[in-house]
Amino acid sequence: MPGMFIDVLVDPKAASDAALVKKLVEVCPVNIFAAQEGGGLRIVEENLDECVLCDLCVQAAPPGAVRVIKRYES
Amino acid sequence: MRFYEYESKALFARHGLPLSKSGLAHSREDARRIAAEIAGPVVLKSQVLSGGRMKAGAVKFADTPDEAAAHYDAIVPIVVSGQKCRAVLVEEKSQVQQEYYAGVTWDGRRKLPVVIFSDMGGIDIEQVAERHPDHVSKTHASTLLPPMPYLAKEAAAKTGVSGADLTRLAPIVSRLIEIFFRYDLTLAEINPLAKLEDGRFVVLDGHVDLEGDARPKHEKLLAELGIRPEETRQARPPTDFEVRGAQVDAGDHRGVAGNVVEFDGNLGLVIGAGGGSLTLFDAVRKHGGRPANYCEIGGNPSVKKACALTKLVLSKPGVEKLAVMMNVVSNTRVDIVARGVVKGCIESGRDPAKTIAIFRIPGSWEQEGFKILKKYGVEYCDRTVSMYEAAGRAVMKMKA
Amino acid sequence: MSILIHKDTTVIIQGITGREAVNMTREGLNYGTKIVGGVTPGRAGRDVYGVPVYDCVRDITSKTRVDGSIVTVPAAFTRDAVFEAIENGIKLVVVVTERIPRGEVAQMVELAQLRGARIIGPNCLGILSPDEAKMGGLGGPAADARKAFTKGPIGVMSRSGGMTTEICNTLTAAGLGQSTAVSIGGDAIIGSTYAELMPLFEADPETKAIAIYSEPGGRMEAELADWVREHRSRLPIVAFMAGRFMDEMPGMRFGHAGTIVEGKADTTADKIERMRAAGIAVAERIEEIPALIRQELGKRGA
Repeated sequence: MPGMFIDVLVDPKAASDAALVKKLVEVCPVNIFAAQEGGGLRIVEENLDECVLCDLCVQAAPPGAVRVIKRYES
Repeated sequence: MRFYEYESKALFARHGLPLSKSGLAHSREDARRIAAEIAGPVVLKSQVLSGGRMKAGAVKFADTPDEAAAHYDAIVPIVVSGQKCRAVLVEEKSQVQQEYYAGVTWDGRRKLPVVIFSDMGGIDIEQVAERHPDHVSKTHASTLLPPMPYLAKEAAAKTGVSGADLTRLAPIVSRLIEIFFRYDLTLAEINPLAKLEDGRFVVLDGHVDLEGDARPKHEKLLAELGIRPEETRQARPPTDFEVRGAQVDAGDHRGVAGNVVEFDGNLGLVIGAGGGSLTLFDAVRKHGGRPANYCEIGGNPSVKKACALTKLVLSKPGVEKLAVMMNVVSNTRVDIVARGVVKGCIESGRDPAKTIAIFRIPGSWEQEGFKILKKYGVEYCDRTVSMYEAAGRAVMKMKA
Repeated sequence: MSILIHKDTTVIIQGITGREAVNMTREGLNYGTKIVGGVTPGRAGRDVYGVPVYDCVRDITSKTRVDGSIVTVPAAFTRDAVFEAIENGIKLVVVVTERIPRGEVAQMVELAQLRGARIIGPNCLGILSPDEAKMGGLGGPAADARKAFTKGPIGVMSRSGGMTTEICNTLTAAGLGQSTAVSIGGDAIIGSTYAELMPLFEADPETKAIAIYSEPGGRMEAELADWVREHRSRLPIVAFMAGRFMDEMPGMRFGHAGTIVEGKADTTADKIERMRAAGIAVAERIEEIPALIRQELGKRGA
């Protein structure tokens, strides 16, 4: 489920990259990313709307792998 | 944060200030028992957080335990300046020869503590200072040097106290100064400090104010005195709405959504910050608006926090619309607050476009915030619309 | 010209690795402030946006000239940090931290007086001299600060940080720039009051008028009124008084820590009367300030 204002889409291949998952968890100041037990990435839905648009997750990932959608723009 | 008389005296007792025999009564049976133990005439004093007890009839004298019990019943229902009686202090009645005043407080202009002493105690010290300035002394103390006993001696001597009275009074005042420093008080006051017929001095009434910001430093003392963390000790006890407001603020450390104060109007306010809230509240009232609440948001609150505050204000019966307004913000983000209040409306089952009368928060990230407000049809304005004008627009919508 | 800070003022930040301090560093650098170092005990050797971090203030003052320090450490450590700055010879200390007990603030102020240093705050957003430098979070990101603050003839002093920006923004929109804006702090005891900053504005040839934001509580406005009367100031002053509703609600705390009506002298009515008697114009609304300033300047033939 997306947030009311923000959604974050992660490319499935990127989401299974353990090193990238670790990086995403680290950089996000509002804890939108969590490491899933047994590997993989979990989006913490209740934190999506706290996104401060800092772009740190987008910069941490390969181009296009993480997208932050402003739902109020569509 | 004001202490009750019995709490002030408990603090004084720990530091060896001379007090009369007394006990705190929570029932008429308590009052009877304490009076019997004192075995002589007593005074019963309502424990309230305000002055003017004597005038209100909340202080009475009794010669027998039965009389004390009867007075207890008479005192308890009396409300003094909006403050309810917490308990009744039953104290030995003293044979007073003369009354003095001793107090320590802050002189905001000099930025130093000042010891105030008068040989005309028992009445309002500000009145004495106005009418008999030669009977009031003011002695400033350093905050860097340890408080020395000579300060107390000088304070008393300046009003003409001498001889045995001076040597007996000075140590009492000196201890009061130490208490003031030790517990970060904003006021430590003994009034009256009585000279008895046998020449002894006792503290008849005392009043202590602890600085709110110093509460965390003195948790242990407060716990020992039985003062609970949720006791705000403001001019009136907090309402349920205000308690829930404090919970919203405490529930999330990101930013401030605090100091929620309940009023009885129909326009809910989500306003900030410290100075901006004062300005905006005045503006709403000047336009003839009736605020449902006061509050202060700031310090960049999270979406969750702004949302929770919005829901709280909307949950108050009679709230028809919200005005969301702040001064030009630099730290708090416009888009984050916009998300919070829009979400709060929707989660309360209300249409943001109809519920938010005006959104006036210009500044940091305003373009992003305005996009959100536009999408949900909320009327907003930028910094070219003054705070006063924005408040006026909100009030107009209430009248429409 | 400006007061307190200008282009060449060298500044350090005590507590530089904190969350808000990191923002403040970036914003300050972007605005052109010369931030020459930062202090966080145990973090020496790091840097924040290129600003080197040290363990002690003396590690910086022993090497280079430091004109001012911004203190933004938790309340429990603030007194220590301010003492460290002053005892290492720093003459201007901006204390951002709020919720410091009054007794500790008074100690800092007394030490500053003893050493000939000046404290701004606590519980303030700092100082901004447009197009020169800023100390503290006042005005926020450099781009936002440039929108609200412009260079000009008005000195601004405010007990509220947010309202400092609001007033400067209103002045800017009306074509009146500012020489220096000072968020003096919202506590009952602060390092520099209106009256204590007036001589600096008075001595600054570029400052032609003063705008202040005031609130209930304390004696600062009465002190300013006395100062104006005693010194026959050349500067017209326009004041805005917030919190008028509080006059009806004694004993309740609203706004800042120093804002409470305890006695008659704390009320807005009393303060307004005293200021008007001293020739200070009192605006009913923020947007009236520019016109009142022009009117007062006109009266003096400026």
